[in-house]
Amino acid sequence: MRFIITRTAMAIPTLLIVAVTVFILIRMVPGDPAALMLGDNADAESVARLQARLGLDQPLPVQFAVWFRHLLTGDLGQSITTGQEVLPLVWKRFLVSAQIVVVAVFLACLIAVPAGAIAAWRQNGRLDVSLVSLATLLMSIPTFWLGLLLLLFLGLKQQWLPVVGYVSIADDPWRGILYLVMPILTMFLHELGVLLRMARASTLEVKNLEYISHARAKGLAESTVLWRHAFKNSFGPTWTLIGLVLGNLLGGIAVVETVFTIPGIGRLLVDAIFGRDYPVIQGCMLMIAAIYVVVNLVVDLCYPLFDPRVAVE
Amino acid sequence: MRLPFQINAMVGGAIIGFLLLVALCGAFWTPYDPLGISFSDKLTPPGPSHWLGTDEFGRDVASRLMAGAATSVWVSITTVTLAISVGVVIGVTSGYARGWFDRIVMAFNDALLAFPGILLALGLLAVLGANKYGIIVALGIAYSPSVARIVRGTVLSIREREFIAASRVTGNSEIYTMCRHVLPNCIAPLTVLATSMFGWVLLAESSLSFLGLGVPPPAPTWGNMLASARPFIAQAVWLAVLPGLCISITLLGINLLGDALRDRLDPRMRGRT
Repeated sequence: MRFIITRTAMAIPTLLIVAVTVFILIRMVPGDPAALMLGDNADAESVARLQARLGLDQPLPVQFAVWFRHLLTGDLGQSITTGQEVLPLVWKRFLVSAQIVVVAVFLACLIAVPAGAIAAWRQNGRLDVSLVSLATLLMSIPTFWLGLLLLLFLGLKQQWLPVVGYVSIADDPWRGILYLVMPILTMFLHELGVLLRMARASTLEVKNLEYISHARAKGLAESTVLWRHAFKNSFGPTWTLIGLVLGNLLGGIAVVETVFTIPGIGRLLVDAIFGRDYPVIQGCMLMIAAIYVVVNLVVDLCYPLFDPRVAVE
Repeated sequence: MRLPFQINAMVGGAIIGFLLLVALCGAFWTPYDPLGISFSDKLTPPGPSHWLGTDEFGRDVASRLMAGAATSVWVSITTVTLAISVGVVIGVTSGYARGWFDRIVMAFNDALLAFPGILLALGLLAVLGANKYGIIVALGIAYSPSVARIVRGTVLSIREREFIAASRVTGNSEIYTMCRHVLPNCIAPLTVLATSMFGWVLLAESSLSFLGLGVPPPAPTWGNMLASARPFIAQAVWLAVLPGLCISITLLGINLLGDALRDRLDPRMRGRT
């Protein structure tokens, strides 16, 4: 229980500094934030009104306090280009990206984690060298190129899957899934490489420890030693990496969404940067960074399930 | 059986050596003008006159790949240098000063690490503007926190050692001690990090260029060549395949070289990655 409280409390300053960083970043943009937020067609009166509402005539710490109070109530302003409320917009787009990232990472874990453990168990053997080479190769292919190749072969040449676009699973489950297959496959193949290498490295960490020799000396079968004894202890570091991978994918998903024209949070952020839509940029950055912190918090909170020593320490 | 890791170093080194050679050549000479438009030659498949074909404006793809290599390598090397310089200054100062200064600096540093690198770079690009220099500064700042963390760790671990005390006792200034005795101990972990970072930056630069937030066209980069190839991939496969192949082979070379270096410089990790 103490572990849960301490670890959760540690996430709060991080979230606070994330908020400060995003605040400073948007304030670094040359020009008056209120004028920027209202766009080029705004008249002087509405700029003055927004300035007063955001406290822009006050000193910087007060401005931050006002901004932070709005943030806590979920008021992230409105998009300059579309006039939509930022929070519902960002949340809707985030859910689209999340279904791609979560499914891809889940599938990659299912295959990469056991494959990595087996590779480590047969270190330097033919299977290990093949698996590591395959993983290194997959890691070296950028997702946007892999996506383009899949699009070219599975979509345009073979016509097995719809090429670009997005249909919500809620509207039409079958077509929705078909549109998601290629983006998920792209991310899955990339993450397969990263996770396999990590799972292999952490299995190697425990492979030569004394308790493994002890388990073998007891006469246990190799497979029991690997899965019952080594795997349990080597899963911890991989589990931590899964949290980092999820966050990184959310940050880097914009390219995959661009290839397949998917209206996710990454594409929203890039379009907002093009349109200088600062409230949306701010909303996307806060959302992705907050999800990243929260996912890593959840990952850490689950860690004692695999390694009870962490909670005791 | 240690053979695969020697092969790693050889293959990785050969790929990176070849890349640097092509980039250096591409900066001064290319078979055709990489920006030279020729509508009569547009979308010509690879053949004797244009070895790797031409693009939608009839520009020679091989020349554009060479010029793109020069840009990508230049951007990556400058960015890595910037990230390492900023990270080393922050890490060394913080680790040497300790106390409240260290705590505040590291709190901010860790919060920056809480952003996925590419996200922070995207945010900074919104402020700095999407161009070559914007990318260098944005990625340089985005990747410096990891350098600062490693350098600070190394500084903290050796600052209490006898040879540092000895340097102070002989009357050397703090700055001299730092540069002459503390920094050289950071070189091994920094070399490993810089190699991996070269790969991350090259990938990030290509991704940003692909999104249209990098080096603006018509100047070629591998990323923006892929982006502009997108509408033509069905009729001109080479446009979609070649720039991506260049990025992948380069990243493969960097990953292999990184593994070999880690193997050599960090005995704890020997054979584990």
